[in-house]
Amino acid sequence: MSEFLEFRNVSKRFGPIQAVNGVSLGIKKGEFFSLLGPSGCGKTTMLRLAAGFEHPDAGGVILDGEDITDLPPNKRKVNTIFQSYALFPHLTVWENIAFGLRVAKRTKRDIDTEVEAMLRLIRMGDQAHKKPDQLSGGQKQRVAIARALINKPRVLLLDEPLAALDLKLRQRMLIELDMIHDQVGITFLYVTHDQGEAMSLSDRIAVMDSGRIEQVGSPAEIYETPRTSFVAAFIGDTNFLEGEVTGLVESEYCQVKIADIPGVICFNDKSMKPGNPVYLSIRPEKIHISRDRPEESRLRNIVPAVVEDMIYLGSTTKYWVRTHGLRVQVLRQHFRFFLDEKPIRWNDDVWIWWHGDDGFMLDRYRAVDEHLVTLPPRKVGEPEDNDEKP
Amino acid sequence: MRRESRQKIRETLVSFPSLFWLSLFFIVPTLFVFAIALKPANPYGGIASGWTWDNLRSLVNPNYLVVAWRTLWISVLSAAVCIVLATPIGYYLARVTARWKSFFLMLIIVPFWTNFLIRIFAWKILLHPEGAIKKVLAFSGLIGPQTSLLYNAGAVVLVTVYTFLPFTILPIYAAAEKFDFQLLEAARDLGAKRLQAFARIFLPGIRRGLITAVLFVFIPALGSYVIPDIVGGPSGEMIGNKIAQRVFVDRNLPQASALSVVLILSVLAPLVTVLALQRKREKPESLL
Repeated sequence: MSEFLEFRNVSKRFGPIQAVNGVSLGIKKGEFFSLLGPSGCGKTTMLRLAAGFEHPDAGGVILDGEDITDLPPNKRKVNTIFQSYALFPHLTVWENIAFGLRVAKRTKRDIDTEVEAMLRLIRMGDQAHKKPDQLSGGQKQRVAIARALINKPRVLLLDEPLAALDLKLRQRMLIELDMIHDQVGITFLYVTHDQGEAMSLSDRIAVMDSGRIEQVGSPAEIYETPRTSFVAAFIGDTNFLEGEVTGLVESEYCQVKIADIPGVICFNDKSMKPGNPVYLSIRPEKIHISRDRPEESRLRNIVPAVVEDMIYLGSTTKYWVRTHGLRVQVLRQHFRFFLDEKPIRWNDDVWIWWHGDDGFMLDRYRAVDEHLVTLPPRKVGEPEDNDEKP
Repeated sequence: MRRESRQKIRETLVSFPSLFWLSLFFIVPTLFVFAIALKPANPYGGIASGWTWDNLRSLVNPNYLVVAWRTLWISVLSAAVCIVLATPIGYYLARVTARWKSFFLMLIIVPFWTNFLIRIFAWKILLHPEGAIKKVLAFSGLIGPQTSLLYNAGAVVLVTVYTFLPFTILPIYAAAEKFDFQLLEAARDLGAKRLQAFARIFLPGIRRGLITAVLFVFIPALGSYVIPDIVGGPSGEMIGNKIAQRVFVDRNLPQASALSVVLILSVLAPLVTVLALQRKREKPESLL
């Protein structure tokens, strides 16, 4: 399928800040597409470029084969849902929703029927006469959605639409947004810094950082096969381990020496050769933990460790264990509650193990990303407050 | 309940000094004016005893009607011109960077350092038949050599707009400053043209500022005396000049009071209506 909304090599600078830096991106028709990244990564600028509030310094925006780079916002068949909703405070819910049709000079009967239909879609027929300041956050949100959708946009642009809502309401609106997307079937471009929102809603996600796209892919692709250390660290938690390739195992795997653990088996999709330095990313939930030594098996890495910290999270427990001077995060899912099982406690000797396919080789993360990553392990014996970089 | 009533008492106590001040120097004198309007005059410029409707009855007079009509249209036109000029200025003031904002605000306030009367006399020099503006306009053929820029209603409107423009810019700017400009983006996003967004979203958004601004020009303009006296001439006379003539020329205080009563009521009536309408529609808030 060809691209429906396309950014072609787009750049935008605000004074000294390069907000968007030569980004090319294609979004398919009917897709729920998310731009995900930390604040200041350029995702909102991308949205504003699509809406027409900003003009790119270079490059173009194409909608359904038509170059819309120079079109003003009112001529673009896209509509925006703002983070603050931007409902017109002097107009009622009904008038807010009707605004787009009124400026389009539609007949009164058309407006009446379409606004009624929208009010039904957002289940707010009985609130039509209220002013925005009489509504709750979730209701405002729904009015903003209706006000945008009534214009039948080709693409709906959503700028962190759930950021102002509390957790429970956010979860409800998440489901509602998903339902609305299924019902109206138009393309959604969704901007968020919340990986949970992006993961649960999107068909595809583009992870952005410093005005560039780090990776585009389905939620699973981005989580399971992050292309850069930034993506690995920004999406979920991960352990970063630094090492060196010491040998090849069969054709697809290699042995890596991490700290003084020899022969950690790792999937070698980057065709590393002995002597190459590597950075290994292992998700905490991919690492198993137990008091008993597991059976040896091919491609299984087994390491002894000592529990340093643990946090009970209900459905899971998070452990920080130390092994060979490395601090490793392990997430354990509770499947069954055994009253007679002896639980793992602080300072217990345990075994951790993971499959060779679950370690992921990445480029080295940049210094600026350090606040995002689980910091590399401290060497034993170093003072705790010394965040030394290896 | 008790707490509320105590609160009420405290509020009354706090507002008592200003209430006292207003009563003594504003309400009581106004009532005097109302009373004198119903008194006969004596030939020596004083007030005779007894009560009469004659002063008010004498106002039904074609001369007064002409002046009243002129007062009204000069005030309406001045207010309209001020609003038309001040709204875009207020809009841009709210949008420019902080440094430019303080610079422009200073430009607006600087003229107040010069006395009001002096500034009006300056206009008299500017608009004088031998003045610079007249010469430039006549030379470029925009006006005939005989056209006078001074001593007519046009000069009064011009100087009234000049005088009250800052008082209209400031409330509009204050309202625009609180306006959420993302609403304009939202309107444009929903298909409104630039001007549509301005008229349908920005103007209603700053309507308090607009109402305040209108009142700030319209009410003083209705009662203006100095401006028409200096630049108006006979064809630019307003009610204020007539009141002054009754006092200083005819020495007839009851007549002057009767004119003042009409003026006060014609200002008060629309003001009370506007405030009542606003109070009914929404929670009472300050006009600014």
